[in-house]
Amino acid sequence: MTLKHISEYRDGEICKEIAKKIHVISQKKIRLMEVCGTHTMSISRNGIRSLLPKTITLLSGPGCPVCVTTPAEVDQWVKLARKKEVIVVTFGDLLRVPGSESSLGAERANGADIRVVYSPLDCLRIAQNNPGREVVFLGIGFETTAPTVAASLIEAKKSGLKNFSIISNHKLVPPALFALLENQKVKIDGFICPGHVSVIIGGQAYSSLVDKCQIPCVVAGFEPVDILQSIYLLASQIEAGRAELKIAYRRVVAFEGNEKARDIMYQVFDVCDRRWRGLGMIPESGLELKEEFYTFRAEERFDLSVPDAKDPPGCACGEILCGTKSPHECSLFGKSCRPDQPVGPCMVSSEGTCAAYYRYQQ
Amino acid sequence: MCLAVPMKVLEVEENVARVDIGGAGKTIRLDIIDKRPEVGDYVIVHAGFAINVLDEKEAEITLGYFKELFAHDSEAH
Ligand code: SF4
Repeated sequence: MTLKHISEYRDGEICKEIAKKIHVISQKKIRLMEVCGTHTMSISRNGIRSLLPKTITLLSGPGCPVCVTTPAEVDQWVKLARKKEVIVVTFGDLLRVPGSESSLGAERANGADIRVVYSPLDCLRIAQNNPGREVVFLGIGFETTAPTVAASLIEAKKSGLKNFSIISNHKLVPPALFALLENQKVKIDGFICPGHVSVIIGGQAYSSLVDKCQIPCVVAGFEPVDILQSIYLLASQIEAGRAELKIAYRRVVAFEGNEKARDIMYQVFDVCDRRWRGLGMIPESGLELKEEFYTFRAEERFDLSVPDAKDPPGCACGEILCGTKSPHECSLFGKSCRPDQPVGPCMVSSEGTCAAYYRYQQ
Repeated sequence: MCLAVPMKVLEVEENVARVDIGGAGKTIRLDIIDKRPEVGDYVIVHAGFAINVLDEKEAEITLGYFKELFAHDSEAH
């Protein structure tokens, strides 16, 4: 597949030119946070840090949905997977996230019926093909994913599917950014905002953050040129003492976002308070099914109550997700915690901060 | 997890499109996209759903902006 322009967005010469410009303008010591796992991975893979002046530190925030799941959420999935009548359907990344005593992967090895899908729509087919079983989808992900789950639920309702339900662990990005800025321990001078979340919510979603907190926000794409451009746009604002919203990924993101997708999402979900790993309870940062869709709420069909659970001992994921520690500052990093045997969720998905550091920067 | 990939549209039907991904065909859904893609467009696909059409004009504008930025530079020097 030849995609027009893609080579330009990966062009090493353009990258070097932008990096040069960044070196010229950068005076102040600043800390920029990316809030998307795909950015985290691209920054590590393309060695972006090595192109930047010492004045600029890049932090990875709570931008990977796998990393911000709480141990209690994982314990709920495990409890569900242990029910004989249930088929758990999930995105692949979730299999290895450790809960307080097990993981979906371990349950699958013990015989639980856990199936990995690419699209939430696949669940409907699984449910139709297994009329005697209960099919439960683990709804995790940010604003990019939630509309796809919502569209699938609308279809399930239309077709009168009875043996299908979901657990909604969906989370919303902008409230987490507000929460990070309120956390006094974290000093952040600008946000590299997530490209594909922003396809749905639009650049507009960060306007109040920029206005209220006087923090520059740049929506960025995922190629190295995109990321360097957004760092340049942030650094130049900060040097000039300005805080503005910029979209540096206009080929994909509009200021208004995708209103149709948001409408579908809010046809099915209401906003609720939600607990994030590392950040704790954040008001209005999650999505729960609306009453009209309660028949699809797994909690209505099964007892999924679990006791409060703690993070794995020694794991610094919480601090890493807030930008107060880097993976190298975790005593388990690269020792007992590695991608082949993750202790914490940041080492699970290839988009997790610890996994990206391990893979590209050892 | 929010990974979304551009795929070229081969055929558009009511609520689905056939797309090309690295030479293989694939059907994706158009439920949540707010613009109707045309054959030949690239759509950005996440979890089996098109979420937007890639705007090639904007892609060129951004690249043009870099050229301007660098040209400016060499003039100044
Ligand atoms: S290295 Fe492992 S244990 Fe340490 S913070 Fe990262 S994921 Fe957690």
